[in-house]
Amino acid sequence: MAAKKDKQFDPVETLHSIEEKFEMFQILNEEGEIVNEEANPNLSDEELVELMSRMVYTRILDQRSISLNRQGRLGFYAPTAGQEASQLASHYALEKDDFILPGYRDVPQIVFHGLPLHMAFLWSRGHFEGSIIPDGLNIFMPQIIIGAQYIQAAGVALGYQKRGKKAVAMTYTGDGGTSQGDFYEGINFAGAYKVPAIFVVQNNQYAISTPRELQTAAKTLAQKGVAAGVPSILVDGMDALAVYKVTRDARERAINGQGPTLIETMCYRYGPHTMAGDDPTRYRTSETDSEWEKRDPLIRFRKYLEAKGIWNEEKENEVIERAKEEIKEAIKKADSAPKQKVSDFIKVMYKGDLPYNVQEQLDIYTEKESK
Amino acid sequence: MAQMTMIQAITDAMRTELKNDENVLVFGEDVGVNGGVFRATEGLQKEFGEERVFDTPLAESGIGGLAVGLTLTGFRPVMEIQFFGFLYEVIDSVSGQLARQSFRTGGKFNAPVTIRSPFGGGVATPEMHADSLEGLVASQPGLTVVIPSTPYDAKGLLISAIRDENPVIFLEHMKLYRSFRQEVPEGEYTIPLGKADVKREGKDLSVFTYGAMVHESLKAAEELEKEGYSVEVVDLRTVQPLDIETIVASVEKTNRAIVVQEAQKQAGIAANVVAEITERAILSLEAPVLRVAAPDTIYPFAQGENTWLPNSKDIIETAKKVLTF
Repeated sequence: MAAKKDKQFDPVETLHSIEEKFEMFQILNEEGEIVNEEANPNLSDEELVELMSRMVYTRILDQRSISLNRQGRLGFYAPTAGQEASQLASHYALEKDDFILPGYRDVPQIVFHGLPLHMAFLWSRGHFEGSIIPDGLNIFMPQIIIGAQYIQAAGVALGYQKRGKKAVAMTYTGDGGTSQGDFYEGINFAGAYKVPAIFVVQNNQYAISTPRELQTAAKTLAQKGVAAGVPSILVDGMDALAVYKVTRDARERAINGQGPTLIETMCYRYGPHTMAGDDPTRYRTSETDSEWEKRDPLIRFRKYLEAKGIWNEEKENEVIERAKEEIKEAIKKADSAPKQKVSDFIKVMYKGDLPYNVQEQLDIYTEKESK
Repeated sequence: MAQMTMIQAITDAMRTELKNDENVLVFGEDVGVNGGVFRATEGLQKEFGEERVFDTPLAESGIGGLAVGLTLTGFRPVMEIQFFGFLYEVIDSVSGQLARQSFRTGGKFNAPVTIRSPFGGGVATPEMHADSLEGLVASQPGLTVVIPSTPYDAKGLLISAIRDENPVIFLEHMKLYRSFRQEVPEGEYTIPLGKADVKREGKDLSVFTYGAMVHESLKAAEELEKEGYSVEVVDLRTVQPLDIETIVASVEKTNRAIVVQEAQKQAGIAANVVAEITERAILSLEAPVLRVAAPDTIYPFAQGENTWLPNSKDIIETAKKVLTF
């Protein structure tokens, strides 16, 4: 006779019961139909058009950036196509006072928060003037060390809490990033201090070539919030309305002193990991690609807006032309940035007096540069 | 003036700065109600409240991230790493983030953070408590590394560190916490970072040193005096950047030098001092500059400390080699 299952303590059952709680939240289906009217954030027509414009703009920005990178007119670039809803709709839920700590793929969010486009291009090229964040703009430059932005976000949020500021710190990482220690420490600190932070995990299915399944046995990434006692939600990351709604709700809770939220956005990047030689055909099939392309955030949002009669081809083309024009201008402006000198690097190392060693080197390089 | 141990002087410095600047925040593991594992933050939470002096979860990396984030909202964090051997858990926040903050934002965001941490041998601590890792952080551009050896220096240097607009690592030698008392002025005073201090004047040999080795060197100097040698002991106080002016002036006067550190020979900062002297004062040298340092092994098991750690005897031996070269 088989051993009787111990109903009092069944860890497998506990795990499954927790995992089942994380169903995917969706408002707009792939056909652009509202499937969850109750949750509809009811954005005004103007707001809907603005959000669509930003997503279209970003798709063009991605196409142009890839092309400029291939021409050698941009440097480091991490493609964003496919993640427009995840990136732009989550950002759209923020206010100007909110602070963004982006990862390296999260340039669109800081551009729409106020970073001039030519600075984003200078950052891509590797020029320090791209990172001199304008006054009053609440962003940090894209973080290369995966996970570091999470612990820092906990600190910014704690700072806001101490200042009594009604604003949040929002940060982004990818699916691979959830395996980092700093990911866990970040959400755990934020939970322990109950600070106004929003942690977004953009699950685009791959960390370079490593599929999401190889990162963890956890069924969802959202459930990782449970370990920190942080409210968490899994959302359709290709659905702009759903992403906006969960982020806006998280922001409300945060500024009302109810602490942080972890949001997993289920999405997909169509392009390579970065433009530095990654070839996704080595680890991904075209079937998977086209499967996800059917869920494209632009297609479904376009259908939704067209059905409402507030979007058409003409409007879309206007955005596309504007994007191309502004990108051209921005690249030109980036081209006019002065060449960097060693003395520039030395001068931005410290605030106040320079230590003797760098002062000595500043003198040497200033002399060299004067020749 | 009051007689203070080094730990009391450190507490006094933090109290002074918590009072002076409302942006100063003190945090770390057990620094709040407990007053720190060494009582360095004793009474501070009671006096300034939980908003200013607070405990953190047990995660060094998170503490470093907290410091970065707090600087972005205008605070001046004084964070504690309970023992500097735990630096490895937070090396990205220290060297990968804070040290680079001004640079990577083109000078927009400086990082006025003080990282306090105990280290140092001779008190039989368990593994990874006593390691001298100042060489690691001294090699990171963007960081200043301060190591006081007396209560007076500790207070003045810590106040300067907290007021500095850039990240400063402030390393506190555990053996020196309560080993002696010294007159320390009440209220605020500062000692400039990057300035060495001649703790004993001499004309035959310069000893450049820091931390607990300052006291071993002073002991050695007394012994050597009995044999007719006049030894100058220079306490570096800041190991990055070095006080080149004081170092070179001393070598030019004595024409002979040794560098003394507690760290292993392949670690620490002694090699930097030797290199600076050879680059800047080789024509003044009557003998090579030799180093006193620990063997290049992992920091010893507690019962092996006495035979492993450099002491005044090692210093005398090396000093004589240079004096009789």
